[in-house]
Amino acid sequence: MSFDGALVRKDFPIFERFIDGAPIVYLDSANTSQKPRQVIDAMTSFMQNSYAPINRSAYRLAGEATDAFEAARSKVARFINARSADEVIFTKNTTESLNLLAYSWGRANLNAGDVVVLTHLEHHANIVPWHMLQAERGIVLRWVPLTADGQLDLTDLTALLTDAKVFSFTAMSNVLGTITPVQQLCDAAHAAGAIAIVDGCQYVPHNVTDVQAWGADFLAFSSHKMCGPSGIGVLWGREQLLDAMPPFLGGGNMIADVRLDGFTTAPLPAKFEAGTPAIIETIGLGAAVDYLSNLGMANVREHEMKLGSYAIRTLTERYGNDISIHGPTDIASRGATLSFAFAGIHPHDLSQVLDQRNVCVRAGHHCAKPLMRLLGVSATARASFYIYNDESDADVLVDALAGASDIFGF
Amino acid sequence: MPGLDDLYREIILDHYRSPRNRGELAPPAVRAEGHNPLCGDEIQVYLDVVDGVVNDIKITGSGCSISLSSASMMSQAVKGKKIADVKALVNRFRSMMGLDIADAESDTDLVSIEDDAEVDVPEVKLGDLEALQGVVKFPVRIKCATLAWITLTQAMAEVPTA
Repeated sequence: MSFDGALVRKDFPIFERFIDGAPIVYLDSANTSQKPRQVIDAMTSFMQNSYAPINRSAYRLAGEATDAFEAARSKVARFINARSADEVIFTKNTTESLNLLAYSWGRANLNAGDVVVLTHLEHHANIVPWHMLQAERGIVLRWVPLTADGQLDLTDLTALLTDAKVFSFTAMSNVLGTITPVQQLCDAAHAAGAIAIVDGCQYVPHNVTDVQAWGADFLAFSSHKMCGPSGIGVLWGREQLLDAMPPFLGGGNMIADVRLDGFTTAPLPAKFEAGTPAIIETIGLGAAVDYLSNLGMANVREHEMKLGSYAIRTLTERYGNDISIHGPTDIASRGATLSFAFAGIHPHDLSQVLDQRNVCVRAGHHCAKPLMRLLGVSATARASFYIYNDESDADVLVDALAGASDIFGF
Repeated sequence: MPGLDDLYREIILDHYRSPRNRGELAPPAVRAEGHNPLCGDEIQVYLDVVDGVVNDIKITGSGCSISLSSASMMSQAVKGKKIADVKALVNRFRSMMGLDIADAESDTDLVSIEDDAEVDVPEVKLGDLEALQGVVKFPVRIKCATLAWITLTQAMAEVPTA
């Protein structure tokens, strides 16, 4: 069942703000999402009524705070259908989750000549940690290429995965919106004897996520793109793999015992959570998961398919050959994240003109410079839709683009 | 918000549509490359200095209207000028962009200019470059306008001293 974006928008206080007398048309949710009152209130209430240290004090208030923190972990586990909440590790964000994997799993398991397979869709966060391991260990990187419409070209996947130890890939491109066949990719990784790491940063906020149905080994995602606060993210991993990994950061909370001659690690998930975590933000993430669960992730996907189709159709009808939307044309293969080129106008200039109408889009390389080079551009403009957008936002975008062609149309 | 007319002046659009001094120069001309990590823009400045005078300058790269028009106007403004005068112009431009010249040494955005103290800023004429004044009202775009100038400063540092 779909829902009305204009009604959802009422839950987000930022949309009560007017800039230059007009409302905000926020089309940059692939960058970061806005926050509903439910999340803001949960964080405020926790600070006002329940704030205390977690996992280390005997008084009742600390017990309450610990329970609230762990309840958020359970909510996240249910949200992605993890077998157990112990498989959910809280990190800073997707970037830290992927770095944790490269650092901990990578250093324990990868040596010179070992193969890690990535794709041409990846964000820098799923490239640079492996580059760092390449420089340190001499691992070999292979890349899954793309088809002309920005989907993974799986023709030679079996050959690319031969002898690979890791296949790490995005479930949804932050530039092209491409949704990848995650289950198929996990199966292919396992058939080759590799582990499957899923970058779910763009996918998880917009779709039903089921790590068990995928058969994935690890999943990384961020709170701030799914209505939660910034500063908190998730690494989910299969218990057996997490248990076998060495710890990442050392310090308080992650130990069972410390002596002068060494330490032993705490069981999962504390083993990977050194130091006082982002407690308030974790409460906020739990509230965001509740908020999205109430909407229903299948409904979120349906809403965005309708909205994405509408935006693609109206942009194309109005501007024809002057607009070129990168990535898959079929909404079934993509999310409502639309990178586009318009009338040869530089994305930075487009964004400037759109800002006159309070239309917020991203202009830049989207932290995916290898993909930009493949597209033959230095930057794109990107309009990304979420639960609080509706067709009127797409209409304003379409109208506002005319202003750019008035100034630069040559 | 200030109107876009303040930003996209006709002379800026003219330099964007028809950039001057596009191309490359062979050695002994020096080459410097600048990046705007924010938006992915890249610019290359080729600088041929003979006897302390800019004999020729060429520019390649991609960017938005502000960065490319700034580069084009800059190339016109510095061609035929003595290096000391070019440095004065760089400082004058910095100043127009609201960047403090006194901070040049500590500013990581712009390579420091050695002989700041000798530069008499108000004497330098900006000419067409005055059209970029409006950029200051759009702080996010200052980095676009200054990219070519940072790269020019890097190129000048590459010029072998006689």
